[in-house]
Amino acid sequence: MTESKSKRQLDDEFSDLYRAHLRDVYSYAYYRVGNHHDAEDLTEQTFLQAYRHFERAQRESEGRPLRPWLIRIAHNLAANLYRDRSRKPSAPIDDTTTLAAVHTTEELVEGRDELARVLEGVTQLPDDRREALIMRFALGMDNREIARALGRSDGATKVLIHRAIRQLEGIIATEAEGTK
Amino acid sequence: MSGDVAPQLEHLLRQALAPVEPPDDLALRLERTLQSLSDLAAEELESWELRAMRDPRNWARPAAAVVVGGAAGAALVVLRARRHHPAAPARSGIGGARDVAERALRDVGTEARRVIRRG
Repeated sequence: MTESKSKRQLDDEFSDLYRAHLRDVYSYAYYRVGNHHDAEDLTEQTFLQAYRHFERAQRESEGRPLRPWLIRIAHNLAANLYRDRSRKPSAPIDDTTTLAAVHTTEELVEGRDELARVLEGVTQLPDDRREALIMRFALGMDNREIARALGRSDGATKVLIHRAIRQLEGIIATEAEGTK
Repeated sequence: MSGDVAPQLEHLLRQALAPVEPPDDLALRLERTLQSLSDLAAEELESWELRAMRDPRNWARPAAAVVVGGAAGAALVVLRARRHHPAAPARSGIGGARDVAERALRDVGTEARRVIRRG
């Protein structure tokens, strides 16, 4: 039965996509919403929506990687989440939990304060700049992938990331001045 | 970028925004959900017509299909369906329970069909 075989193939391919990018979607969700509870919900909803539209996405991607499409779904769902709640994250990323979870003891001893300042600075950036940095540094996406995920041109994305880093430098420098 | 500051900052950003491993139970739950959705044959779901839902004798079959699909997956689909009626008033008695069950099954069928439908 051709139709069922096609469905099986699609399911297998979706399974591969899921396994390859679960960590990406979760990482994006976590840094985007700032807590594990909402990140889990966002990750679940992202993959359910991706499953629903997978065949069309495959057809329209013309062989290009689907990671930007997945992250775009998460991006849209996160925007809806905040729109529904009419607010941004109520608290910044839980520095203690995150840093302890993803860094070695040695790294923490050496640079915990510095990393915490960077994370805190990231949470102060406008949404689009923060998202671009999450995609670049947490997910390792290149400019083209980020551009597809955000629905921007490659050039605009390059400028966005450049400005995000410049602004973050400024935030960190201001914070450092304030603590002297 | 401004001098040596940006490369140093980029190095810190890579450390600060290190990938976060999803909790094991999330991965397990998602895999079971996706598997159960995949297992539910489209033909079976298509039979979940509303007219069938009106006859209580037919409730057992689709409900069993959902249960066979996996408790986690079924729970998630039911939860999503429940969101459509967040303010549904609590009703008591056999009639109320039947309404709730019928509505829930209808929503589950709709949601599951939506999720599994390809194009």
